[in-house]
Amino acid sequence: MTDHLYIFKRFERFWHWAQALLIIAMLLTGFEIHGSYHLAGFQRAVGIHTFAAWALITLWVFAIFWHFTTGEWRQYIPTLKNVDTMFRYYVLGIFTGAPHPYRVTQLKKHNPLQRLSYLGIKLFINPLIWASGLGLLYYQAWRDSATFGLDLAAVALLHSVMAFAMLIFLIVHVYLTTTGHTPLAHIRAMITGYEEVED
Amino acid sequence: MNRTFILAALLVFAVQAVAANPGNMPAVSTADHTRFKALQGAFQTGEEVTQACLACHTEAAKQVMATRHWTWDYVNPGTGQRLGKKTMLNSFCIADRSNEAFCNACHAGYGWKDDKFDFSSEKNVDCLSCHNQGNYKKIPGLAGHPAYQRMESPPGSGKFIEAVNLPQVAQHIGKTSRDTCGACHFYGGGGDGVKHGDLDSSLNQPTRALDVHMGTDGGNFTCATCHLTEGHKIAGSRVAPTAADPHGAMRRGEKSGRNPATCQACHGDQPHKPGVGGSLLGMLTRGDRLNAHTHKLACQTCHIPAFARGGVPTKMRWDWSKAGTLDANGKPFQKKDEHGHVIFDSKKGDFRLGENVQPDYVWFDGRVDYTLKTDRIDPARIVQINRFHGEPGAADARIWPVKRFTGKQPYDLEYLTLLIPHTATPDKTALWYNFDWPKALAAGTAAAGQPFSGKFGFAETVMLWPITHMVAPKEQAVGCGECHSRSGRLQEVSGIYLPGRDHTPWLDRAGFGLALLALLGVLAHGALRILTRNRRKE
Repeated sequence: MTDHLYIFKRFERFWHWAQALLIIAMLLTGFEIHGSYHLAGFQRAVGIHTFAAWALITLWVFAIFWHFTTGEWRQYIPTLKNVDTMFRYYVLGIFTGAPHPYRVTQLKKHNPLQRLSYLGIKLFINPLIWASGLGLLYYQAWRDSATFGLDLAAVALLHSVMAFAMLIFLIVHVYLTTTGHTPLAHIRAMITGYEEVED
Repeated sequence: MNRTFILAALLVFAVQAVAANPGNMPAVSTADHTRFKALQGAFQTGEEVTQACLACHTEAAKQVMATRHWTWDYVNPGTGQRLGKKTMLNSFCIADRSNEAFCNACHAGYGWKDDKFDFSSEKNVDCLSCHNQGNYKKIPGLAGHPAYQRMESPPGSGKFIEAVNLPQVAQHIGKTSRDTCGACHFYGGGGDGVKHGDLDSSLNQPTRALDVHMGTDGGNFTCATCHLTEGHKIAGSRVAPTAADPHGAMRRGEKSGRNPATCQACHGDQPHKPGVGGSLLGMLTRGDRLNAHTHKLACQTCHIPAFARGGVPTKMRWDWSKAGTLDANGKPFQKKDEHGHVIFDSKKGDFRLGENVQPDYVWFDGRVDYTLKTDRIDPARIVQINRFHGEPGAADARIWPVKRFTGKQPYDLEYLTLLIPHTATPDKTALWYNFDWPKALAAGTAAAGQPFSGKFGFAETVMLWPITHMVAPKEQAVGCGECHSRSGRLQEVSGIYLPGRDHTPWLDRAGFGLALLALLGVLAHGALRILTRNRRKE
């Protein structure tokens, strides 16, 4: 028997996909600005990157508001319990046909590994990429009063480090969406909101 | 009825067209010099015209005599170095000493043919050189005079110059114009466009595309519109330029010691329109972002994408060591390129020309010093005729576009000084008439008071020229990606972190390496899942 659980609310799904689009656009334009390749041209890349940055910041403001007003922030309370079980599943169990060790419920929609990585993104990558990006955008506002050896190169370096972290997260995240009971099950859930859960 | 209407409409249109183009209007003056009795006389010489001018304009000569257009002598306030055209040397015609009668056709005076010239005589000032409105030409070889009789120039060329009509010229004087300033400043270095790269005869009647301010279809500026002049003191200098001017636009009447010839004097240092919504939201648009560049870049860096854009080539290299080479019959000759421009001349040596040249870029704080005829050089290295100072990233310095001119010119093997040759006036020692370097150098150095051992070689030299004219319309400004790229215009410029050019190689290797590892990892994981699929189904 399978059950259809309504896991992802409408705003959450919109937030997720809008964020996915913006982050991919920012990675593409960001590495062009970085000089890694030529695609849209530097000027247009900066324009898209800047616009996407403001759109994403706006989205994050709404998302943060949503998390706190709905209590959904609790979904990201970290736990080390069963992290090892999750690891063992991805390293071994997934190949031997072992059952998925985690049961999704509406109150606990993320497994312990997800909780840790999403929390890491929210508390570590996002703030740093946000702050360093605004630092680059508003360079002329702080360049004359910069202290602690902080200069454009240092801020750019930090921004690049976080961009690479985001790129690596994206690769692993996209792959892990295929590890549901069918390869497209998780993606379908993020589109429809309903996750199929076995009884 | 209909015809009258059309005629009337045409007339209105014509009047408007003339009114809309102040370049077609006569200068607005309260005096008609054709009616002045003092200017009706049969002038024999330029000096007589000057005396007529000074009868009314009593202070004019004194004013001119206080300027570099007269003295050719200047102490650089930034470096204390004694400069000016009569002292400095360059890598074009090298120096005027012993060649005064020829070179000093561009002196704002009459009669400077050797070191006996009287700098205190007011009648020696040449008013007409700057205030004529045509039909007045100072002839090289006549020490600043125009041709008073019909003459062949250059001698033996078969080209003739008609005698100047001094009363006619004197009665039609006016303000300086692109033509009068250009008569010398467009022809520096011995010909049209040779020296500066951003000044040549294409600026006499420029299009807006060539120079947005001077274009006859643009602002129709004259030189003096920017090089604001009071009492014959003309703003602007290439020897002591204003490299950074971090101030707003100057208001009329504002008491200020600022140079009125800078871009910022009119446009201010934040010239790009900020975005709607002030500086916060403004970051979504280009204005603020461009304004943020002004503390590192000169305006000219983006707004003069190339120099020598008007169809007149500029010299990029001049190799004097080839001068004196004669053909099989022992006669001087010239070689021309496919456009008919001279690239070799027995008188002058080998040239390399350039059109639409992309400038080089250097940090510049306005201080320049020069290698003078008394300075020892190191011929094993490229001799810098001038050095632009400016600490990369310093608050008083900006990244400037420059013309980098290279060449080879004579130096003394024993004294290790750059040598001044006698070249231009027809006599028994001049290089251009005898093609004999030892004689030319002996005569030139003697006139310049320079020691000469008799032994000479040719040193490789380089000279920088600031690029500041031929400002293009904004649509043709240098695009972002032309500098923000791995190999752009500013590739060699240090002291800035330039996004798109600068990156941290180890971080890129680590970042892309880890991303690749992650990709390979998940692909392998996926492949393994597919391979073990049957086992799971059991």
